[in-house]
Amino acid sequence: MAVGTEYLAEQPKLRTSAIVLGAIAIAALLAAPFFFYPVLLMSILCFALFACAFNLLIGYVGLLSFGHAAFFGGAAYFTAHAAKVWGWEPLAAILLGVAGAAVMGLVMGFLAIRRQGIYFAMITLALSQMFAFICLQVPFTHGEDGIQGVPRGHLLGLIDLNQPLAMYYLTLAIFLFGFFAIWRIVHSPFGNILKAIRENERRAVSLGYRVDRYKLGAFVMSAALAGMAGSTKAIVFQFATLTDVQWQMSGEVILMTLLGGIGTLIGPIVGASLVIALQNYLAASDFPVLVLIGIIFVICVLLFRRGIVGEILEFTKRRSKGAA
Amino acid sequence: MEFRGFVAVKDVTLSVNEGTIHALIGPNGAGKTTVFNLLTKFLTPTRGQITFKGADITRLKAAEVARLGLVRSFQISAVFPHLTVLDNVRVALQRPSGLATQFWRSSNALSALDERAMELIDAVNLSSYRDLTAAELSYGRKRALEIATTLALDPAMLLLDEPMAGMGHEDIGRISDLIRRIAKNRTVLMVEHNLNVVADLCDRVTVLARGEILSDGSYDKVSQDPRVREAYMGTEHE
Repeated sequence: MAVGTEYLAEQPKLRTSAIVLGAIAIAALLAAPFFFYPVLLMSILCFALFACAFNLLIGYVGLLSFGHAAFFGGAAYFTAHAAKVWGWEPLAAILLGVAGAAVMGLVMGFLAIRRQGIYFAMITLALSQMFAFICLQVPFTHGEDGIQGVPRGHLLGLIDLNQPLAMYYLTLAIFLFGFFAIWRIVHSPFGNILKAIRENERRAVSLGYRVDRYKLGAFVMSAALAGMAGSTKAIVFQFATLTDVQWQMSGEVILMTLLGGIGTLIGPIVGASLVIALQNYLAASDFPVLVLIGIIFVICVLLFRRGIVGEILEFTKRRSKGAA
Repeated sequence: MEFRGFVAVKDVTLSVNEGTIHALIGPNGAGKTTVFNLLTKFLTPTRGQITFKGADITRLKAAEVARLGLVRSFQISAVFPHLTVLDNVRVALQRPSGLATQFWRSSNALSALDERAMELIDAVNLSSYRDLTAAELSYGRKRALEIATTLALDPAMLLLDEPMAGMGHEDIGRISDLIRRIAKNRTVLMVEHNLNVVADLCDRVTVLARGEILSDGSYDKVSQDPRVREAYMGTEHE
């Protein structure tokens, strides 16, 4: 599953080309708002970060969480409340959302981490549904209405985020920060142990690793980064609603990650871009977007199980092996 | 130890003396692996007590037992298949050297462990395979890698579950030599079906059958025991 990135890291030639490609991608992202609708781009960036955070858990630890909406949507509520009711500066409000998601991750992770496979998924789903119910009931979320009219405010009191470009570049910076944080975690000594646990958990235990703590650590990191995506989205779209905490959102992020390629660093970005772009372009037409996404999902599962990026990496790998 | 009312091993009083190679043998289903799982806390005993170097470890968790220096291998070769040979050994070295929880550092930091890792890999004659993934190794080499990984923890006691299973002649000789070498300043408890290896390597042999100890003592004494001969009849005795 995770062959992609390790493979890149081991091949010096590919590594340079990865750096070049990365530089081109960043340049393209910097120029993008002059060619595309910035709100769409920001939406893609938020969901791409969300999918990357989710992928940290499933792709590198092998844990399928069906409750990541709680972190995404929960953080959105915290940020929206802090920015609107308490009048916090946007970055501080986002940080509060991240911290809130991390604490939620710690609690949910602590309860779920001892279970494996489908049981882990079910417990995360149940806990996130409990959280969604709480969000429906408590007054500060304003129930069905959600928190609306969240002010974007001034970044550090200086930059007016109501200017679309300023908002876009802040979103891009947060996305890049999150992406490189994940890259760093995956390619760190800690990430190495995560891989070992995913490969052979019993062996990791017999080497003296308290695997539950490593999994919980990864779970909290994934939750915090998912929260960062949700918080940013709350500032960008200026609202936080129940949609973001419901199980459909958890399902959507699984779909994005699966489509792009589980366990590849850029797969979730590709998957999220595809799903959000499709939703956006089909929103105006009569064609039911859910049907189309369902069809794409079925094709993906039947024909390219590694996801788009996973299949491409596998193809180039096989070709370079054949050539050698 | 009971599994849902089925008694897998009972009244097994096994004491392994420090600095010896001790074999645990017996027909299939005798409970050898269960004993291993109990000792290393992959299973919790229903009754009884386990002590290691004088301390009671009956209630400890598996990872904690490993931290005390009681480290096991597995019957089915336990490597990290998609990691390279070098990485496999480094994973074991990471924890004692405090490099396991650092998520903010580059994994290049792990190169500090390369020298020690290569010593261990050399010791099992795998130097020329260091950059292959473990999955690409032959069965015998996987076992060798597993031993190198286990040794990386510098354990006071090793539990080897069938280290020779499925190995060719050459490999058996090589691994035997290795076990003899590592046992110089450690205690080894091994489950092994190859009785030539047992006779050759082990100071003491315990025979287990149907979850109970049948015989215990030197290989010569045990192999003369009529009950042992009976238990082995038509099975693995050569």
